[in-house]
Amino acid sequence: MSGLYTEYHPRWLRTRVSTYWWLERRSYLMFIVRELSSVFVAWFAVYLLRLIRAIAAGPSAYERFLQRSAQPAVLLLNLATLFFVVFHTITWFNLAPQAIVARLGGKRLPGSLIAASNYAAWVVTSVLVGWLLLGT
Amino acid sequence: MADRIALQVARYRPERDSDVSFQEYEISYAKEWVVLDGLNYIKDRVDGTLSFRWSCRMGICGSCGMMVNGEPKLTCETFLTDYGSGPVRIEPLRNFPIIRDLVVEIGDFLRKLTRVKPWIVRNEEKPLGEGEYLQTPEELDEYKQFSMCINCMLCYAACPIYGLDQKFIGPAAIALAQRYNFDTRDEGSRERREILSGHDGIWGCTFVGECTKVCPKNVDPAGAIQRYKLSTAVEALESFFLPWGGR
Repeated sequence: MSGLYTEYHPRWLRTRVSTYWWLERRSYLMFIVRELSSVFVAWFAVYLLRLIRAIAAGPSAYERFLQRSAQPAVLLLNLATLFFVVFHTITWFNLAPQAIVARLGGKRLPGSLIAASNYAAWVVTSVLVGWLLLGT
Repeated sequence: MADRIALQVARYRPERDSDVSFQEYEISYAKEWVVLDGLNYIKDRVDGTLSFRWSCRMGICGSCGMMVNGEPKLTCETFLTDYGSGPVRIEPLRNFPIIRDLVVEIGDFLRKLTRVKPWIVRNEEKPLGEGEYLQTPEELDEYKQFSMCINCMLCYAACPIYGLDQKFIGPAAIALAQRYNFDTRDEGSRERREILSGHDGIWGCTFVGECTKVCPKNVDPAGAIQRYKLSTAVEALESFFLPWGGR
């Protein structure tokens, strides 16, 4: 523990927060990873927009986009992105009950139901997207 | 039968020390002893110079919060037996200036608490003759959880945001503001909003969530802050898209 004297109260000892405070506890580390995963979420959004632009530009642009995406570096980045986007989603879904209070018939719904409804919406959306891509 | 345990206690004597050092005391303890019993034993029988705060011994007064093996804990409800033969490292609450040994300076928290007006604010008091302000059990349930806060400040010790930015109003003060915002008898939410939505208020919180995990009374300050963020954001959107229906 390293400290410094407080200017106007020289006998109080103020401790400094270490630059590496986020390594002190597993929960702090998970928080930082969750925050950093936003970078991958942003990349995912950019990648999706680029995909849409390539599709709009015609078959040859789409082909070029697919070729670029098949490069090992892009594949690796997208694999990491998949991991972090899933991590981001799960951690936020699990936190949602703390922020949202929902009522049904005047009664407060349990937090687990709010998390579950988020997961259910995720599954339904995924199935719908999967059906659009594969089923039609 | 008494076991023995080593307590490594943080010492800071301002008249002679410029930093914290650790002093180890090996004591015998009974299985019902909590960390505070160990400290009191040291104070009474081993080393009377050790300073720490305590009062009720039953998890109500919120005075005996300390870092026990790096975790913010009420020492009156942290059993020594859970730590085997130790060592147990006891430090003053993190993120607060240390006055002496395990005693921290809490003025910053008390000033912040006052700023959020943690009391029932009425625009106009009802005449006494009209009786009490009545509430249904459901209305009580809305804020009861937040009223359990005992101002022990463990949440401030767990909050890295408060550690990094001492201007942040902090978990307990916001949870207590919400305790009154959710109270149907209260009319002070507009006055509190200036502080809570201000630069040092809710938006400083990044939802680490540790405040809720360490709270000995299950107050859930992190939840209180996120709910305030959500309601403020919804209000802002409403006033943007429905300016004529503004509150």
